[in-house]
Amino acid sequence: MDKSSLEITQQTTTISLNFFGEFTLYLVSSYEQKIKTFDYKKYKYININLNDLDYLDTAAAIFLNNFLKKLKKENINYNINCEKTELLDTIKLVQKYHVDLDKIKESRENILDKLGKEFFKKFHDFMAFVSFLGKLFSTKLFVIKNLKQIRVKEIFFEMNESAIKAIGIVALTSFLIGLVIAYQSAYQLKIYGANIFIVDMIGISMLRELAPIITAIVIAGRSGSAFTAQIGAMKITEELDAMRTMGFDPYLFLVIPKILALMITVPVLIFIADIMGILAGMIVANIDLGITVDMFLSRFTEVVDIKHFYIGIFKGPFFAFLIATIGIYRGLVVKNDTQSIGFNTTRSVVESIFAVIVCDALFSIAFTNLGI
Amino acid sequence: MSIAIGETIIKVRNVKTIFDKKIVHDGLNLDINKGEIYGLLGPSGCGKTTLLKEMVMLQNYHGGNIDILGYNLSNINENDAQALRRQWGVLFQAGALFSSLSLADNIALGLVEYSDLSKKMIDEIVAFKINLVGLKQEDKALFPSQISGGMKKKAALARALALDPKLLFLDEPTSGLDPISAREFDTLILKLRELLGLSIVMVSHDLRSIYDTLDRIAVIDNKKIIYEGNLKDIKNDKSEFIQTFFRANI
Repeated sequence: MDKSSLEITQQTTTISLNFFGEFTLYLVSSYEQKIKTFDYKKYKYININLNDLDYLDTAAAIFLNNFLKKLKKENINYNINCEKTELLDTIKLVQKYHVDLDKIKESRENILDKLGKEFFKKFHDFMAFVSFLGKLFSTKLFVIKNLKQIRVKEIFFEMNESAIKAIGIVALTSFLIGLVIAYQSAYQLKIYGANIFIVDMIGISMLRELAPIITAIVIAGRSGSAFTAQIGAMKITEELDAMRTMGFDPYLFLVIPKILALMITVPVLIFIADIMGILAGMIVANIDLGITVDMFLSRFTEVVDIKHFYIGIFKGPFFAFLIATIGIYRGLVVKNDTQSIGFNTTRSVVESIFAVIVCDALFSIAFTNLGI
Repeated sequence: MSIAIGETIIKVRNVKTIFDKKIVHDGLNLDINKGEIYGLLGPSGCGKTTLLKEMVMLQNYHGGNIDILGYNLSNINENDAQALRRQWGVLFQAGALFSSLSLADNIALGLVEYSDLSKKMIDEIVAFKINLVGLKQEDKALFPSQISGGMKKKAALARALALDPKLLFLDEPTSGLDPISAREFDTLILKLRELLGLSIVMVSHDLRSIYDTLDRIAVIDNKKIIYEGNLKDIKNDKSEFIQTFFRANI
């Protein structure tokens, strides 16, 4: 009873297929191999014996039914021996709900279809982004007109979540980058005996370029992605829809506070990054090049203009705006499936870092041409 | 299968469940027989779904024994557990279809992973199951986010039936469906039971569905089973939940 098998016996004009035990989907492939090895046109009589079969599942029944249909198509006569009604019922059930897959034509896409679809999708994405920006702008205008509508509590909450808690990592990253750059350049400067120029080099590069970029990248990876994941999850659980029906505009309650919070705090973070980067430079100059702190500071006030500091800080709100808007936009376009959150979070980080670097390049060109 | 009709396939003996300090079940006993549609009923929070989860090995219990298809869940090894999992299908409340896969891929997943069937054969089985639960062949390529709640339940049912299980667990199969779809779903379940010889365990709140489909029920209230048996005798029971739940609605 536990032994399930298929035995095929043949005589000159007769072939018999005897099924024993259970015939389930796990056996279909091996039975198929066995059955395939015979040429059924040679035989006059084909006996299919199901009397020793105890159980037939629907997958096996589909297989059996297909086999019988194939025989019929080739005008081969067969004969089923089966006294068990439940087995016949299973076969009947399969016949009743059979779907002829060959009849269902699947429309194949050609390259033009794909190109068109892809282009339309990209165009649609772009229009969605434009509409997002429009809505954002109109909400901002509304906020400027109705200053009381600003969600002060949410702004402070977001400032704490996405910036104050990031102070440690921003400071550490900036310190390490400052250390590495100072250390590498100290080695080169020593060769020329131009030790004191380390002050110019660290001062200007840190204040003007490195501190803002480092801060922006850390914040994009840390807070931008969090915005996307949070808003994306809220969209999937229909919290955003619930907010809308209760009359809380998500732009006013979620989007604007996040953007404002980042725009306020990123310049502060850049300031902290400045301090840490230059501190690192000072330490390396002291240990490696023998420049005392007093010497470093007096040279610093002499050669590093205050404008470099202002330019670095000035970039902050712009970077913050890019990071926050991209993060939020990516959160809002999350679709109703779980994969979409991961996909959009990745996109949000990649796109915001890219946008920050492009923006920085534009600033660089603009300031140089303006002679600042 | 070696289990005769009417034989007990699920035995719950003295099951205790404790969450932190809260006792959810305090000694549950019930028997579910082959071929019947068995309902778990009770007020919200009484632990019906918890018991269902304990039966399908998603949740541990803290005392007693559960026996399913001859396997004792208290000391089952991983191989037996895996073998047992292939013998049942589970339909979750919201369907729980994998959102990254199309309906056809959702249904085919078990067949692809556990059997050595050819692609053509799998397509054929999927088409059959889709037809069986009353979905259209055109729906196969759709993703779970693109279909309605009723279709999701049907597709999830087709997925649960993919490996031809003998035992089906349904967690509130009709919740969230409109009355017409709910009745259709009831008819579908009755039809499948008849066609495939399934045994079905379900948690339900839907009174129409309870009367239309269930053979026997167990009512859980206040950590215990307060009633087990058929629906005819239940009106005579004096307990408060049964009185309000059944009297008010008859």
